[in-house]
Amino acid sequence: MTEIKKYPTELLKCWNEGKNLRKSYYDDYLRAHEKGGIRWAGGAWTFSSIPAGLGEDVYCITGEPYGATIAFFKDFAAQCHDAVEAAGFPRTLCAYMRNYWGAILLDKHVLTDGTVVEGAPIPDFIWQDHICCSHGKWYQVVKWLEKKKGKDVPMYCVDVSVGYAGPNEKIEDYKVNYIIQQLNDGIDWLEKVTGREYNDKLLCDAVWNEIKATSLWAEICSLNKAIPAPLDEKSMYSLYVMATLIKHRPECVAFYETLRDEVKDRANRGIAATPYERFRVITDTQPPWGFLKVFREMEKYGVVSLGSLYTFGLIGMWEFKSDGTWAPKTLPEKKPQTREEALRAIVEWTLHKPEWAHFYRPELKTQMMKEIVDQWKVNAVLLHYNRGCEGLSVHIAENRLGLLDAGIPVFPFEGNMGDEREFDFAGTMARLTAFFESMGLKKLKE
Amino acid sequence: MITAGIDVGAKFVKVVILKDGGVLERAKALVGFDVLKSTIDPFETTLKKTGLSRNDIEKIVATGMGREAVHGKPPINAEEVVSVVVADAKGAFHLIPTVKTVIDVGAEEGRGVKVGPNGIVKDFVINERCAAGAGTFVEAMARALEVKVEDMGPLALKSTQVIPMNAQCCVFAESEVVTLIHSKVSKEDISRAIHDAIASRISSMVLRVGVERDVVLIGGVALNPGFLPPLKKELNTDVIVPECPEYVGAVGAAMIASESKE
Repeated sequence: MTEIKKYPTELLKCWNEGKNLRKSYYDDYLRAHEKGGIRWAGGAWTFSSIPAGLGEDVYCITGEPYGATIAFFKDFAAQCHDAVEAAGFPRTLCAYMRNYWGAILLDKHVLTDGTVVEGAPIPDFIWQDHICCSHGKWYQVVKWLEKKKGKDVPMYCVDVSVGYAGPNEKIEDYKVNYIIQQLNDGIDWLEKVTGREYNDKLLCDAVWNEIKATSLWAEICSLNKAIPAPLDEKSMYSLYVMATLIKHRPECVAFYETLRDEVKDRANRGIAATPYERFRVITDTQPPWGFLKVFREMEKYGVVSLGSLYTFGLIGMWEFKSDGTWAPKTLPEKKPQTREEALRAIVEWTLHKPEWAHFYRPELKTQMMKEIVDQWKVNAVLLHYNRGCEGLSVHIAENRLGLLDAGIPVFPFEGNMGDEREFDFAGTMARLTAFFESMGLKKLKE
Repeated sequence: MITAGIDVGAKFVKVVILKDGGVLERAKALVGFDVLKSTIDPFETTLKKTGLSRNDIEKIVATGMGREAVHGKPPINAEEVVSVVVADAKGAFHLIPTVKTVIDVGAEEGRGVKVGPNGIVKDFVINERCAAGAGTFVEAMARALEVKVEDMGPLALKSTQVIPMNAQCCVFAESEVVTLIHSKVSKEDISRAIHDAIASRISSMVLRVGVERDVVLIGGVALNPGFLPPLKKELNTDVIVPECPEYVGAVGAAMIASESKE
């Protein structure tokens, strides 16, 4: 037992604002038709700014955050797994996708407080992009499952398989144009399936919101370079999620501006996320959502996780500056004013998304992780070999080797973001304890 | 200085009393449902044999998955607990100072530890949720073959042919063994296939952290003569088995107790 310095801590003042924003997002989707609006479904990485041109009363649900929400409520998640397996799907598929399908099969819907309501809301259309094998198939099966219930949900998918440009590299025009053309066709398709007239001004606003929100999140993450860290990753999960839900909405931008100002103030005043910070780690990929208590256990050793390439870059946009630092991406010079400008701006912006390095360029992902370790003064990296997400785990063992080569201590552990049957809490904690001990850490006084 | 190390493992509890770095006495017992009670017996045995009392022992450090059962609990009152990985590295280094890699194969876990100066842990790896690379696997397969577990190793050494065994898990491996029995494969060859499979599983895991000589094999499975030859072959290196390899974690815990008192 060792006594160490205690930093002052405070609850985030805007915490409840974020909580309410999340709640209203799910409520809006559920009650979209009661409000006279329309609703759509798609992935968190889809070009969500595009359907925004259909009006202010267009609500969405993004599949990965919803799959994670289901995972957090383990009883409901277990019902979803059973339903999916009973329907004949293998348990080796994407765990978010299985949770999502399970809710449809059960015809139930979970709210952010864990309440399960009867009747899974059926989207009016599906608007998706193909970034990994699961993203490609996910909504084809959703469409099939909904059709069995008697509703033929129209679906549109954008192929983004043009490779990852890296944070700073110029993207070839033909790649950008390929996606722009699909989005232009998609707008025609949206008008046709909804019967609504498309509004380019709403599109331009949404694109600009998305660009600002994703850059703001990177700015917030940058503030975690401070010692002590003003945010811990467990809390960041509840905050980054806003941009996986409504990155195109003005509420998201406004919330991140408030959060940015508050985190900046915390950093200036030395307010810590965890009081006994003495060892800083980052993680990688989605956590096992049903076992976030791992982070609280880590705190007993004075360990704080201050983020990850995943938390920073899933929706945050970054670039390498001329001095080599990895920093929030510079905004375009001006807000787009036309449909063509808006589509080009959002495609070019999106193709620089750091998290897409997982799929295409593991060596670049390792480089970005090393930059985080260096600039955020990180002591070790915890790698989640996530059986629930092939896309983000595909090169993770190579990342481990790259980090080890750089002399960075690495602790890999196996688990599953959305299926608790594949995460051994006691075993993982035993190994994690061994890792911390090997780093010279002992449990702090309770 | 007299210290003690207690390794409360999945199947056995091992107790070692050290005096100035040398082993005074050791004892082990099966772990029962009451872990503390299971530990008291071998602990008192060591005290009795050495003529010591608890007060003569300056510090006790406990390790193993059941270590918390004796942490601060009378009559043992272990003052400190450490993970097995840390204890293994320290114990192996104390016994064989040239060690760079420790392979510990216990009842339910297999571990590989890269050892640095003074027995510190540089990196480690542990098998995840699968008994196929641990002692339990041999026990389950011995039941399927209807032979005593201690006969498995000598049987394997009498094998005349290599039989591949592909199952990745203990349960399916048992099915595979049953199939081999029905195919009239000899018990000797099946036993060898089982040991080859464990060696393959353990070596591929340990290679993740890198294998550097000297390589030291510890844990209860190190007592199994059928395991060492395939492990050496898989790793393509010599492997040292110290005396009483199942006690090395307890020795390490006792050494950590000594060092913290110096």
